[in-house]
Amino acid sequence: MSTLLNVLYIIVPLSIAYAAPLIFTAIGGVFSERSGVINIGLEGLMVMGAFVGIVFNLFFADTFGAWTPWVSILAAMLVSAIFSLMHAVASITFRADQVVSGVAINLLGIAIALFSVKMIYGKGQTDFIQEKIARFNIPFLKDIPVLGPMFFKSVYGSSILAISIAVLAWFIIYKTPFGLRLRSVGEHPMAADTMGIKVNRIRYIAVIISGGLAGMGGAVYAQTMTNDFGHATINGQGFMALAAMIFGKWHPIGAMGAAIFFGFAQALAINSSSLPFMENVPSFVLYILPYVLTIVALAGFIGRANGPKALGDPYVKGSR
Amino acid sequence: MSNRIINLLVPVISIILGLLVGAVVMLVSGYDPVAGYAALWNGIFGDSYAIGETIRQISPYILAGLAVAFAFRTGLFNIGVEGQLIVGWFAAAYVGMAFELPKVIHLPLALLAAAAAGAIWGLIPGLLKATLKVHEVIVTIMMNYIALHIVNALIKTISGGGFKLDKIQDTASLRSDFLSELTDFSTLHYGIFVALFMVFIMWFILERMKLGYELKSVGFNENAAQYAGMNVKKNIILAMVISGAFAGLGGAMEALGTFGNISSRAGFTGIGFDGIAVALLGANTPLGVIFGASLFGSLKYGANNMPNAANIPIEIVSIVIALIIFFVASGYIIRVGLLRLSKKKEAK
Repeated sequence: MSTLLNVLYIIVPLSIAYAAPLIFTAIGGVFSERSGVINIGLEGLMVMGAFVGIVFNLFFADTFGAWTPWVSILAAMLVSAIFSLMHAVASITFRADQVVSGVAINLLGIAIALFSVKMIYGKGQTDFIQEKIARFNIPFLKDIPVLGPMFFKSVYGSSILAISIAVLAWFIIYKTPFGLRLRSVGEHPMAADTMGIKVNRIRYIAVIISGGLAGMGGAVYAQTMTNDFGHATINGQGFMALAAMIFGKWHPIGAMGAAIFFGFAQALAINSSSLPFMENVPSFVLYILPYVLTIVALAGFIGRANGPKALGDPYVKGSR
Repeated sequence: MSNRIINLLVPVISIILGLLVGAVVMLVSGYDPVAGYAALWNGIFGDSYAIGETIRQISPYILAGLAVAFAFRTGLFNIGVEGQLIVGWFAAAYVGMAFELPKVIHLPLALLAAAAAGAIWGLIPGLLKATLKVHEVIVTIMMNYIALHIVNALIKTISGGGFKLDKIQDTASLRSDFLSELTDFSTLHYGIFVALFMVFIMWFILERMKLGYELKSVGFNENAAQYAGMNVKKNIILAMVISGAFAGLGGAMEALGTFGNISSRAGFTGIGFDGIAVALLGANTPLGVIFGASLFGSLKYGANNMPNAANIPIEIVSIVIALIIFFVASGYIIRVGLLRLSKKKEAK
C-alpha cells in the first residue's frame, strides 16, 4: 500500500505537470473548431509559443526576475495569436483547405523558430533558462492526508492556471452570448448569418484565441519540461492536444480530462522503468497509448463523438 | 484566361511568392538573398555530384507525392504518409539485413516488404473510414506517431538495445556503381527508376484500369458511385492501401538506397509532410508529382549548400517550402486575382 502511495505521489504531480500544456492547447483547439475552423496547426502554434517563451525568458530574466516565466507566457501568447492570423486569413478569407493551411502553419512554425534560433544563438538550440516556472505548496490543502501530497504539494502555478482556463472556457462557450454565437457559427453558419451574427468575425476571434492558448501551452511546456528550445522541444505535443480535444468531444472540460489522462500516460512512460509494477511494460506501449486511444475513441467505442457540423467548410455568404 | 492556364499559373505564382517572401526574410535578417539563392542554385546544379545527390533526394519525394496525390484523387486526405514511409523504411531495412538471398529475389522482396508495411499502415485508416466513417485525417496523424514509436522500439529490440540496425546485404541494395561514377561518386542509386516506374503505375491504375475509374468516381461523388453499383467501402479501403504502399516504397528508397539501414529517430523525416506540398503543386496528377518532387527535392538538397556558401541557416528553405504550401492552399485568392486581371485586360 505504501509503495503504491509513493508511486502515486511521484506520478500524479508529474501527470498534472505534463497535462497543463496540453490543456491550454486543447482548449485553444476547442475554440477554433467550435467555430468551424479545423486547426491542425496547433503543433506549429505551440512551437512558436515555446520558442518565444524561451527566448523572451533568456533576454529579460534580469529585468523581470522571478516574474520572467509569466511575462514570457504572455509574450508567447501574443506572438502565437498573431501567428495564428495566417491560418485565419487563409482558411476564413481565402477559403483555403483548412487541413493544408494547418500543415503549412506547422511547417512554418518550426522553420521560423529554428531559423531565428540559429540567427540569435548561432546554433541549433538555445541556452537553458535560469528563471523557471516555480513550484509551490498550497497552504492548508497540502495538509490533507493522501490527497494533499498528491495534488497540492510542489504544484506548478501554470497547472492551476490551465485548470482555471478550462473552467473559464466552459463558462464562455456554454454560458455567454459569445459562446452561443461561437457554437452556432460552427454548427450552421448560414442560420447564424441570418440572425445577424458576423460569421467570419467570430471565426477570426476563435482562431486567434486558439493561437494565443496554444502559444501559452508551448511556453508552459518549454519552461517546465525542457527549459530550452530546439527542434525536438515540442515534438508532437500539439497533435496530442488535438487528440485530447477530439477525445474530450470538443468540450473544454472533456478536453481537460483527456489532457490529464494523456499527461498521466506520458508521466508513466517516462518513469516506467523505475516503477515496481510497470517495469515489464515496454515504454513504447505507453508512448503510443494516447494515439491509440484517440483512434479507439473516434471509432466510437467510447460513445460517438461528432465534431461541429460546419467544421472545415469556409462560409461563403449567399451560397446554399 | 482559360481555366487550364489559371490551373497552371496558381502553382507557379505560389512558388514565386514563396521565393519572394524567402528573399524578404533573408533581407530583413541581414543576409544577401542573391548570394543565398545563388548558393541554393549551385547546391542543386553546381556540379555533377550535386546533380546526382539532388536526383537521389527526389526519389522518395516522388513516392511520397504519389501517395498523397493518389489518396486525394479518390477523395481521401492521407496525412499519414510520414508514418507509412517510416514503417516501409523499417520493413525494407529489416528484410535487407536479415535474409541471405540472391539479388533477383532479395531486392524485390525488400521493396515488396516496404510496400506491404506502408499498405498495412494505410489499411487501418481506410478500414475505419469505410466501416465506421471515422475521418481519415486524424487517424492518419495518430498513425504517424504510432509508427515512430513502434519502429524505434523494434530497432532497439532487434539490435539488442542499440539505436540502429546493421547495414543491409549487398543483394538488397539499390546502390549503383554506374550511376555513382557517372555523377562524380554521389550516392545516386536505382531508386529513381523505381519511383518513375511507380509514377507510371499510378497513371496506369487511374487512367487505364476499371479500378482507377471506380476509385475516382468514389472520390468525385460517393453517392453517385454507390448508385452506379460500385462498392464504395471496398474502394475507400483499396485507395488507402495503395496510397500507403506508395509511401512505404518511399521509405525503401532511404533503406535500400541512401542510408542502407535504419536508425531510431527523435522526430519525423518531413518527407511525408512535404509530400502533401508535392501533390498539391502537381495538381494530384502523376506527371505533376514528378515536377513537384523535383522542386522540393532540389530545394531540400540544395539548401545544404547555403550555410557553407552564403552563411545562411538551412531553415530558410523550410520557410520557403511552408510558404509555398500556404500559397497553394490559398489558391482561391490567386485565382480571383488572376480573373480580375484578365477581365481588366479584356476591357482595355
